[in-house]
Amino acid sequence: MSLEVVALIKHDCPVCDQLLPALDEAAAAGAPVRILSQSSEEETAAQAARLDLAAVPELDGELELSARYDPDAVPALLLLDGADERDRVEGLQRDRIVALAARAGATLALDGLPEHRPGCASKTRDPEVAARLAAAKARAEGRIRSRVLTLGGLEDPIEALHDRGLTDGLPVVPPTPERVVAMLEHTRRDPQDVVGEVPPYGAPATVEKVAINAVMAGCPDDALPIVLAAVEAATEERFAMHGLLATTHPAGPAIVVSGPLADEIGMASGGNVLGQGNRPNLTIGRALQLVVRNVGGGRPGVEDRAAHGQAGKVGACFAERLDSMPWEPLAQARGIPTGDTGVTLMALEAPRLILDQLARSPEQLVASFAMALESVAHPRTRLAMDALLLVGPEHGRLFREDGWDRARLQDALFERTSRAAGELVRGADGCAEGIEAKWVTDPGARIPKFAAPDRIQIAYAGGDAGLFSMVFGSWVAGEVGSEPVTVSVEPWR
Amino acid sequence: MALEILDPTGEREAVERPLAPRGTTPRTIALLDIRKPRGDVFLDELERLLAERGYGVHRTAKPTFTKPAPADVRREIAANCDAVIEALAD
Repeated sequence: MSLEVVALIKHDCPVCDQLLPALDEAAAAGAPVRILSQSSEEETAAQAARLDLAAVPELDGELELSARYDPDAVPALLLLDGADERDRVEGLQRDRIVALAARAGATLALDGLPEHRPGCASKTRDPEVAARLAAAKARAEGRIRSRVLTLGGLEDPIEALHDRGLTDGLPVVPPTPERVVAMLEHTRRDPQDVVGEVPPYGAPATVEKVAINAVMAGCPDDALPIVLAAVEAATEERFAMHGLLATTHPAGPAIVVSGPLADEIGMASGGNVLGQGNRPNLTIGRALQLVVRNVGGGRPGVEDRAAHGQAGKVGACFAERLDSMPWEPLAQARGIPTGDTGVTLMALEAPRLILDQLARSPEQLVASFAMALESVAHPRTRLAMDALLLVGPEHGRLFREDGWDRARLQDALFERTSRAAGELVRGADGCAEGIEAKWVTDPGARIPKFAAPDRIQIAYAGGDAGLFSMVFGSWVAGEVGSEPVTVSVEPWR
Repeated sequence: MALEILDPTGEREAVERPLAPRGTTPRTIALLDIRKPRGDVFLDELERLLAERGYGVHRTAKPTFTKPAPADVRREIAANCDAVIEALAD
C-alpha cells in the first residue's frame, strides 16, 4: 500500500496556522496529504479563509482518527501505510516533517518557518473531551456494558434519579459514563469481574455496577477498591446480608477500614471520625448501601422491614487510627497481612458514648466498658449479639502504657460482662424480658453476655482529646446470624 | 441537553412464576417455623385448628430466622404439602 501523510490540526493553534499553507499547497498539487481538523465545521472554514487555503480541511468527525492515533499535540503529522503508522511528528520540527513527507513522495515548502516549535495540546487532551473519548472507548471494548439511561433535556438529573427510585433519599451524583470510567481507572480489575451476588434478589454486582453506585454515592475515585472489598464482604454468605436487610432490627452494614490506604485516600480516623465532614468516610458506606438497593433490589419499607433504622444505614464507615494504636489493627487481628489494607464488615447499630473521665488504670476502664457493653440490645440479652468497642485515644493510652494487647482486653471484658442467672431471669425486678426460668437451675451461675471473648471486636480511632470511647451493638450474631467478615482491599486495587 | 447515565440496577427482568395449581381443598399444609421466639406457640395453635378441620399438617422449620430457608426445606415443603403457612412471631 502507498504511504500517505495525515495531518491533524485544530483552528486555534498558531503552530497549525504556520504549517497549514504548506500542507494545503502540497495537497492541492496532488501529493498524498490529507488534512484533518479537530475543530468544528465553522471554525475550520474560518481558519481556511483566514489563511487563504485552497481547500477547507476535512473534519475529524467525533475525533475518531485523533482518538485512534492519540497525539499529545497538534499539528501531528502521521505517516500512514493504510491504517498502520510508520512515523509521526508532533509540533513543528521542520527537518523531520520534510523528511516524513518525502517518504510519502510529498514535498513541503517549509522555508522561513522556525526550526522547532512545540505544538498545541491535541483536542483529545481537553479534560472533558478526553473523558468522553475514554468512555466511548470503554463501551466499544466491552469494558462497560450497563444499559444507558437517557435523561431528557428538560429533566433535572438529580430529580430524575430520585423519581426513578435509584437514590437513598439524598441527592446522588449522576453516574455518567465519563465519571464511571474515570473511577474504574482506580482498580486493575476487569469491570466485568463479579464481586458478589447481592441480596435480596441475588443480581451479580460487577466491578462496573459497584463503580456506578460509588459514583452516585459521591465517592472519590480512589475509594473504589475499598468499596469493592466492602461489597465482597457483604455478599459472603456468613455475613447474612439478606437477613440484615430484611430484619425489623435497626442494624446495618458498617465498615471499619484498617491500613495505609485509608490515609492515602484521606479517610478520617481522628477527630469526628464518626461524624460529618470527611468525604470517603461518608460515601464508602453509602456506596455499599446503594449497591444493596440498586443491584440487590432491597428497598426500605419493602424488603427492608426495619422498625426504626438509624442514620448509619445511609452508610457507616470509618478508618482505624494507626498512630498510637495500643495493639494491631482490627483487620490484622483478623488475618490480613501487616502493611495491607483490610475492611471489616459488621452488622451494627448506631454507636453510643462510653464516658469515663476518672479511670486511671486499664482495670477501671474495663469496668466502665463492661457496663456499656451489657446494655447492647437489652441487659438481659445473652449470647445473641456481638459488639464493636471503638476505643478512643485518651482511653487507649491507658492500655498502651500498661502493655495490654487486644486479647487481654477482650478476656477482661468477657469476664466483666457475665451476670448471675438469677438477675437475668424473666420477670425479675418486674421486667418481663430475660431468660426463661426453665434454663435457670442455679441462680448464682454466671451467664456471659457474649458467646466468646473474641465476639467483642475492638477498633481504635478518635480525636486526641476526650476521655471517651464508643460502643456499637450488633444484630443477631454468629452462625445463626451475621458474622463479621474481614477481607483484604489489595486484590481490588 | 439530554444526559446519558449508566443504569445502577442489576438490570434483571422479574421472573414470571405461575401460581401453583389450586385444588378445591388443600390436603396437607406445611407449618414453617422460622425460629423466632414463641413461633411454636402460634404454630401449635394453628395445628390444633387445622386438625379440627380435617387437614393434614406437616411441621417444619428453618435453621435460623436470620437467613433464607435452605433449598432442602423448600423442596421438602413442595414435595409433601399443598400449601404453607409461615409463623412470624416474637
